[in-house]
Amino acid sequence: MPTIKSLDDLKNIREQALKKQQLKETTGKIEVIVGMGTVGIATGARETLRAILEKIETENLGDIIVRQTGNIGLDSFEPIIQVVLPGEEKVTYGKVTPDMARRIIDEHILGGKVVKEYQIEG
Amino acid sequence: MRELALHILDIAENSLAANADQINITIEEDLLGDILNIYIQDNGRGMDPDIVARITDPFITSRQTRKVGLGIPFFKAAAEACDGTFNITSEPGQGTTVAATFKHSHIDRMPLGDMAGTMLSLIIGTPEVHWIYQHQVNQNTFEFDTQPFKEILNGVPLSEPAVMKYIRETLEEGIHNVRCNHDTELMYSK
Repeated sequence: MPTIKSLDDLKNIREQALKKQQLKETTGKIEVIVGMGTVGIATGARETLRAILEKIETENLGDIIVRQTGNIGLDSFEPIIQVVLPGEEKVTYGKVTPDMARRIIDEHILGGKVVKEYQIEG
Repeated sequence: MRELALHILDIAENSLAANADQINITIEEDLLGDILNIYIQDNGRGMDPDIVARITDPFITSRQTRKVGLGIPFFKAAAEACDGTFNITSEPGQGTTVAATFKHSHIDRMPLGDMAGTMLSLIIGTPEVHWIYQHQVNQNTFEFDTQPFKEILNGVPLSEPAVMKYIRETLEEGIHNVRCNHDTELMYSK
């Protein structure tokens, strides 16, 4: 089975990423955490996470660290995501569909404004 | 859960909860033998024999002693409903292996589903973990090992958009290629 992509491609990607990093050295990291417990998975957390990854990829959003974690402990609000902007309090969102996740990226991560209607007490 | 890929994601979460830093996920599809095998093997903290013995019973589960709920009983039931088997082996300090077999053509077998999505979620979401994904269909195998990629990236994060695109496409193409020539399930569902 031939592999289509080569590791050389990845080396080129690395070079370009490093150049980009040097251009904007001081910006802090934004963190997005997705809850991936059994309830989260059963209610669509993987699709929510995928929507976030897709948006990062298609809109070329660097400096966002996406992590996943186990059960966040608020089963009835799954899928849950948490957003941490540098120097700010963690914001928890509940029942996050892929569409909601895209809006949270636009308004909160890119726009700096918490999407209050999706927010829950974390 | 509607896909085996979601069950696999859920079982792998148990491995992460057990502090594993190397997790092997293996899918074997033997279409001539009509068998689908799924293995999730980790090097996490493992479990004592008495916990292993009870772990598949949802009614004896105790949330206080370990972080396992309905995920394992669900997966076990899914396998056993398809003339399959389910087995957990574990040793404290050594790790845990979950093995499930299904009759590939069983009418109740849920589709494998979006394995690329499951692996992408796990790989990007836990950059510190060494993932090895192997997917064999008859004599063809696709393997994705995160270690060589991370060595080349040498500190450039996996969530860098171009890196993510590379990983996503490698997974999607690899899994598609290994399955597309054989799988009647894909022919029916797509």
